[in-house]
This record gives sequence, C-alpha cells and structure tokens, in this order.
Amino acid sequence: MINWFKFSAPSTFYPLAGKLIPIFWTLAALFAAVGLYIGFFVAPTDAQQGEGYRIIFIHVPASWMSMFIYCVMAFWALMGLTFQTRLSGMMSSALAPTGALFAFLSLWTGALWGKPMWGTWWVWDARLTSELILFFLYLGYMALHAAIDDPRRADRAGAVLSLVGVVNVPIIYFSVTWWNTLHQGASVSLTKSPSMASTMLWGMLLMALAFWAYTIAVALMRARSIMLEREGNTEWVKHLPDVKEAV
Amino acid sequence: MQWASLSEFFAMGGYGFYVWGSFGVCAATMVAEPLLVRHRQKMAIRAIRQSQDL
Repeated sequence: MINWFKFSAPSTFYPLAGKLIPIFWTLAALFAAVGLYIGFFVAPTDAQQGEGYRIIFIHVPASWMSMFIYCVMAFWALMGLTFQTRLSGMMSSALAPTGALFAFLSLWTGALWGKPMWGTWWVWDARLTSELILFFLYLGYMALHAAIDDPRRADRAGAVLSLVGVVNVPIIYFSVTWWNTLHQGASVSLTKSPSMASTMLWGMLLMALAFWAYTIAVALMRARSIMLEREGNTEWVKHLPDVKEAV
Repeated sequence: MQWASLSEFFAMGGYGFYVWGSFGVCAATMVAEPLLVRHRQKMAIRAIRQSQDL
C-alpha cells in the first residue's frame, strides 16, 4: 500500500510535482488541440444558434472546472482540518486563483453568449447569480488568506470558508432544475441520452479534459512556489537543485 | 468543414465578436496565469538565495 502521508510532506511533494508538471502541460496542449479542431472544424453549425453556439466549447468546461476546483479545495480543507498536514493549505491556496479564473471565464463567456442569444449580457437568475457567488467565494478565500499573517491560521480560516461555501456548488448545478431560469438545462446528463450532436459533445469533453490538465499543471506550479515561500529557511529547500543552481 | 474561406471563419456567421471575444480572453488569461506563476517561482528562489548570502 502506498503511504499517502509520505507525499504530503512538502520535501517529497516538491520534486514529485516537478516531474508531473510537464506531463500535464503536454496533456493540456494535446486535448486542447484536438478539442479546438473538433469545435471549429468538425462540429456542425447549430440549427438555432448558428456559429454563435461554439462558445459552448469553453463556456461549459470553464463552468465545470470552476465548480470542480471548489470541491477539490473543500476536500483539501477537510484533510487539513482533520490531519493537520501542511500540504492541504498549500494546495487550497494554489487552486484558488485558478478556480477564480474559471469562474470569471464562465461568467465572461456566458455574457458574450447571452447577449446575441437572449438579448442581454446579464440577468439576476439563479444559475448566473450562484456562479457569481462562487466567483466571490474564490476572491473571498484569497483575500482572507492574504489578510492573516500566520500561514497555518490562514489555512484554517480558509478551510472553514471553503467548507461553508461548498454548499453553493450543488445550488449552481441544480439551479436550472430547481428554479425557472433563462439559462438552458444541463448540457450533459448521466441519466438521459445526450441532446446534442456527438461531435459537439466530444469537442466539449476534450476541452474539459484540457482545462482539467491545465488546472493540475498550473496549481502544481503555484504549490511549488508557495512551498518555497513558506519553507525557505528549511534544510530541504536549501538543498533543492532549483535553489542551488547558479543563475 | 463549413468554412469556405478564412474571412468566413473569422466572421463566425455574424457572431465573430462574441465567439472571438470568448476564445480570445480565455486564451489570453490561460497564457498569462502560468507566466505569472513562473515569475512568482523565480521571485521565491531569488528571495531564498538572498537570505542565504546574508
């Protein structure tokens, strides 16, 4: 059995992350290349929305990732509060800016899609409002974390905020079924057969995989920086090849 | 493939502003973020080296 706690030590995690980062960048580039090719050159024109629907290939993956990253942060928050591992808080703070970016992209692409199709950039309906709250939760996490000087206390405060805020995620997801909204229903359902052309679905799934690999790559990079910032005085950091190498 | 020419591709059937406004901002931010993180990494390493020299 793998001893997972071994990897939760920054000294073990740092070199492991360094090996994983190029793998996930390669995966992100490959998935994005195929996903964009399908999205622009294979997927047919939509009968109702013409070419404007192609925003779906980033809007839906960005929205999925914004919700998924928050759940991962809540997972790390739970781990951090339960096992007191240093890695948990580092991973949460490494993920938050990327989550905020995807929440922003979800709102941005949604506005640019809503304007030509609904005639408005924004409506205060359940789906849009709950996604905006998610964006503010990410910003709130980052502000709270930055406001507390002691990193361990900042991690604990951030962990509580992530765990409280995670109730918003199912609200976003089910908002289209719970309330009457302008936003269309779920694009992909596990229980119903997909309502869209299979090439559209494949393009969307590949872009979601690209965003997923991107998130892992960039979050691991940021986690490594956080480790150096927080543990700069420790022996393992002083002996890192990255630090010892001449510029 | 549904594009007869490059200009037709950029026009996106009249939705060019919305489609490229979405993909453009998405691409720009997803290029900027890793560059910012790489800068942060360099700064962190520089700070450690400076503290060691003292």
